[in-house]
Amino acid sequence: MDRPNPLFRNLSSKLASLPMMLIVLGVFVGGTLWTVLFSFTNIKILPIFTPKQWMDGFVGLANYKRLFNSDRWMSCPAITKIGQESWQFKCTGAMPNMITYAILAIIIMISLGFLLAVMMDQKIRLEGVFRTIYLYPFALSFIVTGHVWAWIMSPEYGLQNAMRQLGWESFSFGWIADRNMVMYAIVIAGIWQGTGFVMALMLAGLRGIDEDIWKAARVDGIPAWRTYLQIVLPMMKAVMVTTFVLVASGAVRIYDLVVALTDGGPGISSDVPSRYIYQNFSANLGQSLSASTVMLVSMAIVLIPWIRMEFGKKSQA
Amino acid sequence: MANKSSAIVPSGAKPKPFVTPQRFLVYTVLIVCAVFFLFPLYIMIITSLKSIQEIQSGNIFIPTMTPTLDAWEKAWNSACTGLYCEGVKVGFWNSIKITVPSTIVSIIVASLTGYSMANWPFKFSEVFFTILLLSSFIPYVVMIYPLVIITRELGIYSTLPAVVLVHTIFGLPLLTLLFRNYFASLPQELFKAARVDGAGYWQIFFQVFAPMSVPIFTVAVILQVTGIWNDFLFGVIYAGPTNYPMTVQLNNIVNSAQGGKAYNVDMAATILTGLVPLAIYFFSGKYFVRGIAAGAVKG
Repeated sequence: MDRPNPLFRNLSSKLASLPMMLIVLGVFVGGTLWTVLFSFTNIKILPIFTPKQWMDGFVGLANYKRLFNSDRWMSCPAITKIGQESWQFKCTGAMPNMITYAILAIIIMISLGFLLAVMMDQKIRLEGVFRTIYLYPFALSFIVTGHVWAWIMSPEYGLQNAMRQLGWESFSFGWIADRNMVMYAIVIAGIWQGTGFVMALMLAGLRGIDEDIWKAARVDGIPAWRTYLQIVLPMMKAVMVTTFVLVASGAVRIYDLVVALTDGGPGISSDVPSRYIYQNFSANLGQSLSASTVMLVSMAIVLIPWIRMEFGKKSQA
Repeated sequence: MANKSSAIVPSGAKPKPFVTPQRFLVYTVLIVCAVFFLFPLYIMIITSLKSIQEIQSGNIFIPTMTPTLDAWEKAWNSACTGLYCEGVKVGFWNSIKITVPSTIVSIIVASLTGYSMANWPFKFSEVFFTILLLSSFIPYVVMIYPLVIITRELGIYSTLPAVVLVHTIFGLPLLTLLFRNYFASLPQELFKAARVDGAGYWQIFFQVFAPMSVPIFTVAVILQVTGIWNDFLFGVIYAGPTNYPMTVQLNNIVNSAQGGKAYNVDMAATILTGLVPLAIYFFSGKYFVRGIAAGAVKG
């Protein structure tokens, strides 16, 4: 019997998936490899880069060394020892700024999101209204979010000025103009934009939990708050991991919000990796590519809990 | 519930005291948070209705007694971006020019890919799909420069097609997942019956699946329109100055401080930029939530 060429089996399906395959190979895999490979070169000009140019331009880890020696990327000059055991770290630069934002955003958004979800789960009135209110900022862009909060937090005419006018003379809220506080100002705006989304995910998780668990806990006389913390929370591990990965990966990428809210200022005290990289593309390509690679690694670290969960699930089954 | 043995079971909920301390706490937390989330919207609206003198002398919390739409008119028609003074309306039309084709192209590509992955798997299709999903986590910066090279080689850099292409590329992972999961959840007997009747790949897609998939297409459209409308980065890099979307125009207007900052105009422009996604959100709440949750609750 004459067998048809296996390449032509399912031909329509393959044709329809062709754009996806090209994108996966050409952009996602190819582009990523290209960035990683050329981060080891001192290549500078745009025309398409060939293997020969790669060999000629190869400089090993020089870009990475320069990157981590650059104060704009990361500098920790004030590691001081206080007393016997305790150390004080004060790092500045794009990378520490991003990490500060990520840690605070993760902690606050997940705890506030969970709290709101639990409150929403108490068979309250007007649930739809509350949900709409918490979630609408998520429909807005970071650019819009940034400009609104820049106006509210403007030391000149914003909240600070308003409170002083109302008679609270010592009220001070000049975070966006303060080098040491500016990242916290960005965190506030980020929380405003994204917490509703976290709440929606958590609420879906809570609603997915078996009613019988609640009945059993009630029969055993366990108070509601303990049921939430000790029974329901551990059962929501999958939702928690997903939320963590989504919030953390958003934080690693953070860009538009900073551009709109502070544009990296005052000075460069709220610079973040993405902004640093875009600003260096034309002047310092190799170093930008090495910074991109560092971000890729950061993202991989963020993904570890999710990969472990997915992988663990499969090996158990 | 506890009194099953008794002959008369009272119907309806057990009467509760009017306000228990617990309920009071719950509502307090909910309302305080609601105030925090609504506060910026309130500030945006009242600021945009003030005159600049009122802003300089007044209080950010207090609404004006003499509201005026001048700032809105100026934001739409004549606010300056640093290059020219035509307001955000230029950006509005550019955003429509970008959003409409990007949404259509990305949904066509992604729905077919999802359909292939769910119903017509081929050798290595699972591998491609897995890489595709992982790719949604690659930071954009990693692929920005390669995509500059690719679009430049294609001769479309700094034009509308470039930004459409980029939106299609970055929308693909999530949308494919959305469609694949949806098509996989449809009853497979339907697919088999159509196969037995002799329908092929395209016939099943257009005549059997597509008519059943209006909800998922709605979710996809909402997801893409809000996402693309809110994009800043791809617009600024690939669209070119004549095609800058509304977010970029807004940013330029706020940052160009010609003749002092006009906060009322800035806030009006900010609301105008947020209006399209907000309208989508308010009119399609259920689908919006489903769309944003789709990526998160993958199987």
